[in-house]
Amino acid sequence: MSTTLQPTEEAPHTPAEHAGSHEHDGPPIALYLKVWLLLFVLSTMSYLVDYFHLQGLLRWTLIIVFMLAKAGLIVAVFMHMAYERLALICAILLPPLCLLVLVALMWTEADWVHGTRLLFFH
Amino acid sequence: MSVTLPVPPSSQEPASHAAPVPHGIREHGLRGLVADWSADRAAFAVSWGKAMMWIFLLSDTFIFSCFLTGYMTVRTSTTVPWPNPSEVFALDIGGKPIPLILIAIMTFVLISSSGTMAMAVNFAYRRNRARTAALMLATAALGATFVGMQAFEWTKLIHEGVRPWGNPMGAAQFGSAFFMITGFHGLHVSAGVIYLLVVARRVMNGFYERRGNYQIVEIAGLYWHFVDLVWVFIFAFFYLW
Repeated sequence: MSTTLQPTEEAPHTPAEHAGSHEHDGPPIALYLKVWLLLFVLSTMSYLVDYFHLQGLLRWTLIIVFMLAKAGLIVAVFMHMAYERLALICAILLPPLCLLVLVALMWTEADWVHGTRLLFFH
Repeated sequence: MSVTLPVPPSSQEPASHAAPVPHGIREHGLRGLVADWSADRAAFAVSWGKAMMWIFLLSDTFIFSCFLTGYMTVRTSTTVPWPNPSEVFALDIGGKPIPLILIAIMTFVLISSSGTMAMAVNFAYRRNRARTAALMLATAALGATFVGMQAFEWTKLIHEGVRPWGNPMGAAQFGSAFFMITGFHGLHVSAGVIYLLVVARRVMNGFYERRGNYQIVEIAGLYWHFVDLVWVFIFAFFYLW
């Protein structure tokens, strides 16, 4: 762990230094294959939402649920976020929450514009 | 002047009032800026390369989110019906239209490329050069396939009269949102393919072996998975909604 704190990556290492070291604890390949399969299943299910013409609240809920599940799997396992320290996780995953404010603002704004357009152009 | 900046406990002399000044704190101007940023204070227990890639991806998240929010805004505010993506992106296979099939195949291609990339990272840390390079080339090939299918999709829509300023199917904003969002994403995939090819070449010719560090494969992988991640959101909000 201490080696990753230092800017050692430019320094040359001999292969023997790295042999047998587990400083990069990543998920094993079996987990990758499971996640890959799961992503296939989730994608198929979100495709089937469209294929079976589900509408309304059920459609939107299923789309969001499958989307978040896929995004979570990619970030946590493929991008190794689940294996990082909390400092990095917070620095990367918390700022995007600001976007929810932007979405809320723009949604109410768009709704208002829609209303005025209906009022004046129809 | 007396400088009393907080000093990490480890670098503080016990029972000494004259705490040692952190390295470079007396420097001013540009030298001071460099000294401050390069001072021995690490917040993240990862290499700078990985931290910088994450911060770049965070900024890219905001760019794509702004596009998707803009798309939401024009789609919500238009009084003209939005074209039905399920029909617009249908392909005729065997005489009958299959809804959204090309987009579904593109999704599977991109997810597969993420899978091969994840395994490439794993083999890179085991210093297996042949398998790492092969898996990265497979990833790049799948990415190129994705871009090819996107070019086909663009061509089809342009032939059907979809333009950034209008289309025969409905709301005029459909075209601008479509070309902007998928175009910017396709640009990312294309750049990623080039990036992967460059890194794969260096894996093969032993460049990282000599330096004894394969982390660039993981960093390139972060970028590639991010491209896949963005597609998850585009697929959900643009194609399925």
